Amino acid sequence: MATTNAGAPSAPATHGEPAASSAVPSKPVINDFSIQVATVNGSGSQSANSVLLRSIFAMGVPVSGKNLFPSNIAGLPTWYTIRASKFGYVARKKEIDVLIAMNAETAREDILSLRPGSAAIYEENLNLKQYRDDVVCYPVPFDKITAAVCAEAKLRKLVKNMVYVGVAAKLLQLDMKAVEDSVRKQFAKKQKAADLNFAAVQAGYDYAAQSLPKQDPFQVERMNATAGKIIIDGNAACALGAMFAGVTVVTWYPITPSSSVVEQLIDLLKRYRIEEDGKANFAVVQAEDELAAIGMVLGAGWAGARSMTATSGPGISLMAEFAGLGYFAELPGVIFDIQRVGPSTGLPTRTSQADLLSVAFLSHGDTKHPVLLPANVKECFEFGGAAFDLAEQLQTPVFVLSDLDLGMNNWMSEPFEYPEKPLNRGKVLTAEELAKTAEWGRYKDVDGDGIPYRTLPGTDHPKAAYFTRGSGHNERAQYSERPEDYQNLMERLARKFETARKLVPAPVVVQTGKSKVGIIAYGTSDFAVMESRDQLKKEYGVEADYLRIRAYPFAKEIREFVESHERVYIVEQNRDAQMLSLLKLDLPPAETTKLRSVRHFNGLPIDARSVTDEIVLQEGI
Amino acid sequence: MAATATPGPKVNRIGLPVLEYRGGKTTLCAGCGHNAISERIIDALYEMGVQPERVMKLSGIGCSSKSPAYFLSRAHSFNSVHGRMPSVATGALLANRTMMGLGVSGDGDTASIGIGQFVHLMRRNLNLIYIIEDNGVYGLTKGQFSATADIGSKLKTGVVNDLPAIDTCSLAIQLGATFVGRSFSGDKKQLLTMLKAAMAHKGTVMLDVISPCVTFNDHEGSTRSYKYMQDHEEPVGEVGFVPSFEEIDVEYEEGSSFDVEMHDGSHLRLKKLPENYDPTDRAVAVRTLMEAHENNEILTGVFYIDTQKPAFTDLLNLVDEPLALLPQSRTRPPKKVLDEVMSKHL
Repeated sequence: MATTNAGAPSAPATHGEPAASSAVPSKPVINDFSIQVATVNGSGSQSANSVLLRSIFAMGVPVSGKNLFPSNIAGLPTWYTIRASKFGYVARKKEIDVLIAMNAETAREDILSLRPGSAAIYEENLNLKQYRDDVVCYPVPFDKITAAVCAEAKLRKLVKNMVYVGVAAKLLQLDMKAVEDSVRKQFAKKQKAADLNFAAVQAGYDYAAQSLPKQDPFQVERMNATAGKIIIDGNAACALGAMFAGVTVVTWYPITPSSSVVEQLIDLLKRYRIEEDGKANFAVVQAEDELAAIGMVLGAGWAGARSMTATSGPGISLMAEFAGLGYFAELPGVIFDIQRVGPSTGLPTRTSQADLLSVAFLSHGDTKHPVLLPANVKECFEFGGAAFDLAEQLQTPVFVLSDLDLGMNNWMSEPFEYPEKPLNRGKVLTAEELAKTAEWGRYKDVDGDGIPYRTLPGTDHPKAAYFTRGSGHNERAQYSERPEDYQNLMERLARKFETARKLVPAPVVVQTGKSKVGIIAYGTSDFAVMESRDQLKKEYGVEADYLRIRAYPFAKEIREFVESHERVYIVEQNRDAQMLSLLKLDLPPAETTKLRSVRHFNGLPIDARSVTDEIVLQEGI
Repeated sequence: MAATATPGPKVNRIGLPVLEYRGGKTTLCAGCGHNAISERIIDALYEMGVQPERVMKLSGIGCSSKSPAYFLSRAHSFNSVHGRMPSVATGALLANRTMMGLGVSGDGDTASIGIGQFVHLMRRNLNLIYIIEDNGVYGLTKGQFSATADIGSKLKTGVVNDLPAIDTCSLAIQLGATFVGRSFSGDKKQLLTMLKAAMAHKGTVMLDVISPCVTFNDHEGSTRSYKYMQDHEEPVGEVGFVPSFEEIDVEYEEGSSFDVEMHDGSHLRLKKLPENYDPTDRAVAVRTLMEAHENNEILTGVFYIDTQKPAFTDLLNLVDEPLALLPQSRTRPPKKVLDEVMSKHL
């Protein structure tokens, strides 16, 4: 059966159903629709979209926004989608319910992609009605309305965007007080700009009130589901996590979509980490490239600082040699990888989860790294902090894998909790401790957990110094090419990785204990999977258990989850089923045959319907 | 009481014998110029009375980069990856600005694979002594040309280099290093003096030290051999150094001499300079180097010095204490800061 319901009005089976009549409003669809704003990159629509998003949020309705933008400063088409969902679904919704077509170049294609019964707001000159008679059309003379409220011709391009906010506000029945508050918040420091922009919103609203009778079913009604919640992007959350983890050395090389991690961190550090005498207790260096950025991170980590860099796929590739040195010489450091599609110019502004395998084993030789996998902005904050503890505890580079969707889009969240746990600086011997130690060996496994003790340069004791090298060394950090020394070292590093299994964030498991079907996902695939599980249950009666991986190496719960299910779907946003491959390396061979793959790799964030359809297909329902 | 006690070993101004500045036994070839440089580094540290634990030794990859293992065992050392020592040194010195950074690189490690990091290091004027042990060839991979080999010089196999050399000194001066010189591993006195002055300098010191490779580049036709250096080394002047803890001799020859008061009160004295040579003038320094090169002279000495330019840590306005050692109370903002940030995102 494939009945539609309020939560999922868009099963493929419904695609050809007759459109809602364009004359008579059909049954209202409340707080459950998506808006797509099609504009030209660089036209300044970001503020308008943000106002629209925040207005819905202010009315207590769960909302999410995604910027689908080209690799371009100005001129190419860009889309912003806003999804309002009373169910709290924040994954991308494939189907668009309300189109705001502001880009003449894509307008025809934009309206042709709509399903029957959707609505389209557009510049009246575009005459989009000619293409669709099964879509509710709202032509608006944007230029005329804009000219009337904005005397200065130069500003009209920007102000015009606020007119569509007003039109949409009327049609979607937004509370104008909420809209005005959002405008004032957006232009908090510029009273004049706020006045002008709100006037434009009002003009759009008035035009719609007079000339556009409501004919579509989509509308917003006040709820109480966003009170106390924040809206923030993942990169800002990572930056906050790093600041509260006490980061002191930050290096970077600009690369989309990671630049805003460091840019926002710089703002935070300048505001909150300048001491009373005006001096900075942090250093930020824009390096000449990613090789230098990671080199600085590891040099700083070696000397005892909490250090980090943020990058994306191409930067990760450049960091490969140093990452191996960091693993082998046991140097702490945190690397944020905000994944995008690659390589080279690839699709640098589109999202993906395709760096997983290359990051997990980054470098030549036997190398593996702890990888943290935040799925939401709260985890960006928490893992962004925990990564520093782990790096110093384990004395190794730790990677935090976010992605463009999480990093650059705005997400609702519970406010972040202040980290009460003190910083864990790992096993560092002071001069006093050295004086009490009979014999100290830098690479000796004293505690049996594979983690040795280290000293920092400058430790005032004649025994403190040691020689750090990538080449072979024995337990006392002396140069050695003896086979047993190398093998001992490699086995201890493997033991250390086993210790990491217990220290990294454990998976989140949701299970009834009765289902034979399990789903495993990680990172931003979580939003789509949560919604898909509801679809599977409501539409197909399938109750799938769910485990969300939050780190590599894999905690034991992951194996247990696979063992207790007959079929396990690994949902991920890459072509090669990278998480599935990584799991195969870790699981007993008999378990690996249970693994099935659901992949999404077109550069857009994964959506629930794609997951549901694929699982239904493979389940043979 | 006995009239005579057994005299202890000779010690320096902080009471340490020279032995405490030594390192492991060298594994480089007998006669390698790099070993002589290590010896001079030991002498300079000893004479300057540097506390060994206050030094960080950093290197890249190659014969030169192995040499930090052969001096100052009491200091932390980091033999990093090929051509990337500058970034590691930058990170380490930002983590702990109170340390003396001593970087050892080679001509391949600097001028070929490492040229990218080298030029940016020079721009930043980080507090680091960067020594190139320059022999014009790759030793560890058995004698291929490096990018500092002179055009027309010949390998043992007869292969002739047909590309121009990169002059690391000119480059360093142009890019912003604030103490730039060249010396020769065989010139004990000059090299020792320059190393001591380097230790008193604040900012990036770039020393290119010609250091013949006895195994792969010490033959007829090489421009980095002991013989060639004896015939072509041309000191730009005489380098003198009076450390801050020694009494300064007030008189010095006017005219062709140049006295520079350094950051810690030491004095660098350049004597017998060519007429009109001003070691604080970049253009003069670079022109002089280019002219010498055209005359097949290998110019040595301190070419350029600037004691005024801010070091990288000053530009970053860092706190005085090492960032690495700051307590949590200074690096994790209080809860009210998070509350404030959260309220902005409501």
